[in-house]
Amino acid sequence: MVSASTRSEPERYLPGTVERSTKILVTGDFGVGKTTLVESVSEIRPLRTEALMTKASEGIDDLSLLPDKTHTTVAMDFGRRTLNDELVLYLFGAPGQRRFWSMWEGLAKGAIGVLVLIDSRRLQGSFEVLDQLELRGDSLPFAVAINEFPNSEPHSDAELREALDLLEDTPLVRCDALKDPNSCIDALIALVEHAFTAKEAAAR
Amino acid sequence: MSGPADGYRDTPLRPYVITGGRARAELNLALETLLSAADPPQPLPVTASAEMRDLLQMCQQRISLVEAAAHLKLPVNIVRVLASDLIRSGHLTWRSSPRAEGPSIELLKEVLDGLRKYKV
Repeated sequence: MVSASTRSEPERYLPGTVERSTKILVTGDFGVGKTTLVESVSEIRPLRTEALMTKASEGIDDLSLLPDKTHTTVAMDFGRRTLNDELVLYLFGAPGQRRFWSMWEGLAKGAIGVLVLIDSRRLQGSFEVLDQLELRGDSLPFAVAINEFPNSEPHSDAELREALDLLEDTPLVRCDALKDPNSCIDALIALVEHAFTAKEAAAR
Repeated sequence: MSGPADGYRDTPLRPYVITGGRARAELNLALETLLSAADPPQPLPVTASAEMRDLLQMCQQRISLVEAAAHLKLPVNIVRVLASDLIRSGHLTWRSSPRAEGPSIELLKEVLDGLRKYKV
């Protein structure tokens, strides 16, 4: 990948001036390009961490498992971008499928919002995660980014909005996670602007 | 359906062994919490586990909880329990806990400025 090969070996540690951290979740169906998008924005090569999840849907924080019970581990890729001397942004690739929802509670707490990455060739793969975000009905803002693949069908925004049943104020943007890092930054900006607007409206 | 291909697998790992039998971290640290070793450094008791020593070593400079977990190749839930213990015992300090109500308007503005700066 272009961005990885031109990037020097990352620094493991953050500068001592960094005092604050925040995060955005990037989600979507398996194989939609979550890690590619994280990599295109990240200043470090994406790292992988594993989280333990109980099958009883008790959430990411719960390790209270009986000795004879197996655990499920979920792999999550993530990256980071230092935004100024004091602030660092983490980007987490979070699995969107229904069986992972229980881990979202711990992950989403305090997040700016969620970028839902969608492959327009298989829209149905994104229905589960959109349902989840709409069902939550809480203050977790989300935006939809269509990851354009070379053989993607040229759907109009209106067609996509209708097919995905998006609310009018949900941002819909397009990006090319593999080839155009700027388009990924734009997608994140659209999400943060949306979160900003929502927060402003709530404050009034 | 739950093959390793989608990053999802079952494991017989017994996490409570590493965490000394405890299920939950006392502090509910977010993944992006920034950790660093206390200054001056406090020696660990001889009873401290290898994982605890590794984590403290990893935090000699500023690093997030989730990055420490990734480098140590330990599940992040386990590192959260260990980090919580090390904070309680004064070996680690932490920064940047997210607010339950989400980021402030000021923070969002700062993130926007930072992202726009990175467009080339």
